[in-house]
Amino acid sequence: MAREAPHRHDHHDGEGSALSETELRVRALESMLIEKGYIDPEALDVLIEMYESRVGPRNGARVVATAWSDDTFKAWLLDDATAAIASLGYTGRQGEHMRVVENTPHVHNMVVCTLCSCYPWPVLGLPPVWYKSPPYRSRAVADPRGVLEEFGVRLDPNVEVRVWDSTAEMRYLVLPMRPSDTEGWSVDRLAALVTRDSMIGTGLPLPPDAAGTAAQ
Amino acid sequence: MNGAQDLGGMHGFGPVVPEPDEPVFHAEWERRAFAITLAAGAMGEWNLDMSRHARESLPPAEYLTKSYYEIWLAGLERLLVDRGLVTPDELEKGCQLVEPKPVNRVLTAAAVPTVLARGAPVEREPSRPARFAVGDRVRARNIHPRRHTRLPRYVRGHVGKIVIVHGCHVFPDSHAHGTGEDPQWLYCVRFAAQELWGPDGGATDSVHVDLWEPYLEPS
Repeated sequence: MAREAPHRHDHHDGEGSALSETELRVRALESMLIEKGYIDPEALDVLIEMYESRVGPRNGARVVATAWSDDTFKAWLLDDATAAIASLGYTGRQGEHMRVVENTPHVHNMVVCTLCSCYPWPVLGLPPVWYKSPPYRSRAVADPRGVLEEFGVRLDPNVEVRVWDSTAEMRYLVLPMRPSDTEGWSVDRLAALVTRDSMIGTGLPLPPDAAGTAAQ
Repeated sequence: MNGAQDLGGMHGFGPVVPEPDEPVFHAEWERRAFAITLAAGAMGEWNLDMSRHARESLPPAEYLTKSYYEIWLAGLERLLVDRGLVTPDELEKGCQLVEPKPVNRVLTAAAVPTVLARGAPVEREPSRPARFAVGDRVRARNIHPRRHTRLPRYVRGHVGKIVIVHGCHVFPDSHAHGTGEDPQWLYCVRFAAQELWGPDGGATDSVHVDLWEPYLEPS
């Protein structure tokens, strides 16, 4: 049973022309795997919905904001990230073994996977294209400061840069520094300042005056 | 293997180009390729290390010119053919020509949340004590396995320091080739940037790499 008329039409699809060879191959492969009984078409829809709509960097932002608000949780997070993150409900595939690395005024952490695209799915969702692409994977380890400048992050030369190459099944999440002038803020308000890139280490949290625009 | 996947330290790929408001998927076929790869993986006919090896075994020129999900698709096709689940003829014609083979399991929609939440932890009970401890100086061995390995070229032959002992983890070099989990101690090794890159490395900077015991020797 071929899938007809996907319910979401995407403007990138075929760019207005006939279906590309890749699109045809994927369609044919999907229908063949279903016909053979190897995969369940309804499971595909659930998988897509899960990673397109439910699992994403707002999960990680909640982890970070909780650590900013609660010293006991932060200590737990730095000691046993897998358990501390699981306590907030984020577990599973590509986050089985978590490690959190803390930014300080003297240390900036940055995460890469030079060998493929390892990334902590339960807290950040699926990785952006740049994270999976050769420019970042080749240079993050050899020229992290140059890469950071391309993201608009200019570090003081005295700040030590620690790059974490995810070569095993350990998944790293950066705990960025809490922005100043956020005393007394709720976890929700703080979480709105936590960007995806600040948890990869290629960005910094938003300043508190950006909270209004970032809240949603 | 010294394939195109091992990108650390290479030059010439240009600047990193983040995409503002990037969507999770850029086309419908990417959604489908992602989902069929996960669902097919859930059959239990291969493991994650085998998937990685299938992708990195693409000829380097193909690996570097294909998009991410095109690489996934090529890896999936290779695994399906290698396991005899799909024939090359079927792939070419795009339809079923021979009877399906029995598979270990089929992921149902109802099971997806549980299966994803469980994941596939790889830490195992150690059968022997760790050879190294935090603070030990180690050298990444200068080896060039032709098969799957997670020892990146850019650290081979270089000296670093153990900063974390992660525990005993499934060893990809064995697991990718169907010779069992062969758990080995896994360490996070800190390499000074200048040890790896000479004067081009930042004076205070470092790269941390997770390396299994067989990749390391005392220094």
